[in-house]
Amino acid sequence: MAADKAEMDVLKKECDGLRTQIEAARKGVNDGNMSSAAGSATDVGRVQLKLRKSLKGHLAKIYSMHWASDSRSMVSASQDGKLLVWDTHTGNKLVAVPLKSAWVMSVAFAPSGNLVASGGLDNMCTVYNIKAASPKTLRELDAHTGYLSCCRFLSDTEIMTASGDTTCCLWDLETGKQKIIFTNHIGDCMSLALSPDENTFISGACDSLAKLWDLREGTCKQTFSGHTSDINAIQFFPNGNAFVTGSDDCSCKMYDLRSDQEVITYQDASLNAGVTSLTLSNSGRLIFAGYDDFNCHIWDSLKGEKVGVLSGHDNRVSCTGVPADGMGVCTGSWDSFLKLWN
Amino acid sequence: MSNNNASNNLIIAQRTVKQLRLEASIRRIKVSQAAAELRNFCLQNASRDPLLVGVPSSDNPFRPPKSCSLF
Repeated sequence: MAADKAEMDVLKKECDGLRTQIEAARKGVNDGNMSSAAGSATDVGRVQLKLRKSLKGHLAKIYSMHWASDSRSMVSASQDGKLLVWDTHTGNKLVAVPLKSAWVMSVAFAPSGNLVASGGLDNMCTVYNIKAASPKTLRELDAHTGYLSCCRFLSDTEIMTASGDTTCCLWDLETGKQKIIFTNHIGDCMSLALSPDENTFISGACDSLAKLWDLREGTCKQTFSGHTSDINAIQFFPNGNAFVTGSDDCSCKMYDLRSDQEVITYQDASLNAGVTSLTLSNSGRLIFAGYDDFNCHIWDSLKGEKVGVLSGHDNRVSCTGVPADGMGVCTGSWDSFLKLWN
Repeated sequence: MSNNNASNNLIIAQRTVKQLRLEASIRRIKVSQAAAELRNFCLQNASRDPLLVGVPSSDNPFRPPKSCSLF
């Protein structure tokens, strides 16, 4: 017993030492910030996007949406118990998938366009084939012990999930089994994003930390702190060297992977609402962040200034997304509507 | 009982140390360099960013063309 305590003390001392070492190393390279680097960039001016379409169809709060790789189809999930696949060019609904559990929190489109996945308070991720004559359940991925907060396909045979049980997981869709379980967060995982090269992914959690993981090794490579509340949203910057987070602390932050720290915070004294979702324009210059204040605010990612707002929803903006061709931005809300802007 | 807790805590502490050692060992580049590269990426891709540059009405996938042809 005494030996255990002695060993614990040694380990604790080493932990403290390592944490101090990491902070010192970060400080050591902190020779500037984004605002000074951005000084030479021209202002983007006021970004005024117009509402092009309002997609009506859901009967309850929309919790999640995801663009297909063709930049035309899009899937949305609502607690009315349905997934809807839309043709955003015409505004028509292509497919309706009835859910076994209405408490959906996340939806994803497979890169192939053949499959969609969803999950939520049922703790499962269900994968559907939407190219069949009528939507067919392909797999029910059942192993998380907490709610499913986010899912993202790597291909038709692999999918990543993030859960309220504090873990993320890589699944094999051919067997329906877990391939790798990513453990290290000490709070509910709320969001994940795959790197452009798909070798790594990032996760944001209620422990206010963001983590970078090696997708194949299963290891946590880096941990990023700074937020003071739950991280609800996380997205990679398009070149894969940085990422942006959105939090209940009402701010967004950009972190750079190679300098291992936060490089800029996006916050405004007048904005007292939590960030629920975020997405970036194709060049990474614009950040579209959905807030609890019913708006989607637009930030200049380099200068840290608010440059526009998408107003029109009558309730919290719960999800946002820019398609691969960058031609517009979609916002989804608890008001049951999806809106397309450009 | 308390023995189990003690050994669990020990295992957790050992894992934490292992993880911190990994995170401490990475190479870090200067923030000024990282920020400059992010800025350069934005600027180099700005002309290809429809939300920055604007989408011409004739080419807007979310907005049908204004004119209506009758055959």
